[in-house]
Amino acid sequence: MSSKPDIEGTYVFGIEDNRRGYALNKLCSTFTSAENRQLFLGDEASYCDKFDLSPEQRSAILERDWVKMLDLGGSIFYIFKLAQLDKKSVQYLGGIFTGMSTEEFIAELKAGGRHFG
Amino acid sequence: MAEIIWGLATSHVPSIGAAMDNAKTHDEYWSPLFEGYQPARDWMAQHTPDVVLVIYNDHANAIDLDLMPTFAIGTASHFPVADEGWGPRPVPPVLGHPELATHIVESLVDDEFDITVANQLQVDHGLTVPLSVYTPEPGDSWPCPVIPVLVNVLQYPQPTAKRCYALGQAIGRAIASYPENIKVAIFGTGGMSHQLSGERAGLINESFDHMFLDKIQTDPEELTRITREEYIREAGSEGIELIMWLVMRGAMNPVITRIAETYHVPASNTAAALALFENSENPS
Repeated sequence: MSSKPDIEGTYVFGIEDNRRGYALNKLCSTFTSAENRQLFLGDEASYCDKFDLSPEQRSAILERDWVKMLDLGGSIFYIFKLAQLDKKSVQYLGGIFTGMSTEEFIAELKAGGRHFG
Repeated sequence: MAEIIWGLATSHVPSIGAAMDNAKTHDEYWSPLFEGYQPARDWMAQHTPDVVLVIYNDHANAIDLDLMPTFAIGTASHFPVADEGWGPRPVPPVLGHPELATHIVESLVDDEFDITVANQLQVDHGLTVPLSVYTPEPGDSWPCPVIPVLVNVLQYPQPTAKRCYALGQAIGRAIASYPENIKVAIFGTGGMSHQLSGERAGLINESFDHMFLDKIQTDPEELTRITREEYIREAGSEGIELIMWLVMRGAMNPVITRIAETYHVPASNTAAALALFENSENPS
């Protein structure tokens, strides 16, 4: 059994997540090439076919279900490359993850950030 | 003998680099952070090293899911600037210092620290943003060669804080045994508190950050006793990057002098800090 800590409201990306999310993260990793970015934007579905995605991972990518991507083993550092293709900021994602608008999320950070515990 | 002359602890938030690349450092949002950098920048410009070691983590660019070295050192003569998904940063290519890097690898392995060797490595914002914090306007080239030192902070299990500190101590011994008389600066990068995903996204923990900023100078041993779980719980899933500051600290002398410090919330989703330390003379 893994010693990976279980922390509420927090994804701790571990080896099992790497295994589960491999295809999804691998797809996002290819966006470090401008050619691949164009190929993806030209035909997202065909691009997805090149990777061994689960049906859930495939629809999460195509529907931009960011929470689902993380739940299916996505790592924020890979998923962020897809968000950047959509010209979405890390504050936009923060808003999605916390049920806020981007503006509300930015305002919370400017006010000193969100505090827990 | 090579000598570490100073250590710089700094956040490596990509948007700090973007603010410099897009001439936004005087904007209302960014100016407090960059004004905070100025005393350190002025001092560093008067105390130039011959080479810098940058302790950092890659962000899904040079290192992917296939191979995840816990610690690695770049031994190449040059390191291209990575395209992270939106084109490479418009900064000069990074030149390495193969002779010192090779010496450090050999010394570490003889010291029973089995480090991974990166013969080819693209460097991302984790390395180039700290270089820009040091040298905001490099022109055509960075002021000196750079040795990248990579730490896995993306995938659990990350190395323990204690192991990072021990690595730093071993790096310190390696540098001290290098026969050439050169001056070295060491950068510990990442942090401070931040979390990018999950319901706790946007987490900032000022009291933890200030404790860490204090103890990194005065009592690093105490910071080595903080567990990975506590780092993630207190500083956020990405705040665990702070363990990389302990590599820098371990390489420095037991007593160090604080030259400058700044702390600012927010830089993007992060509590950004800079702390600059001069390596005090070893008591002989």
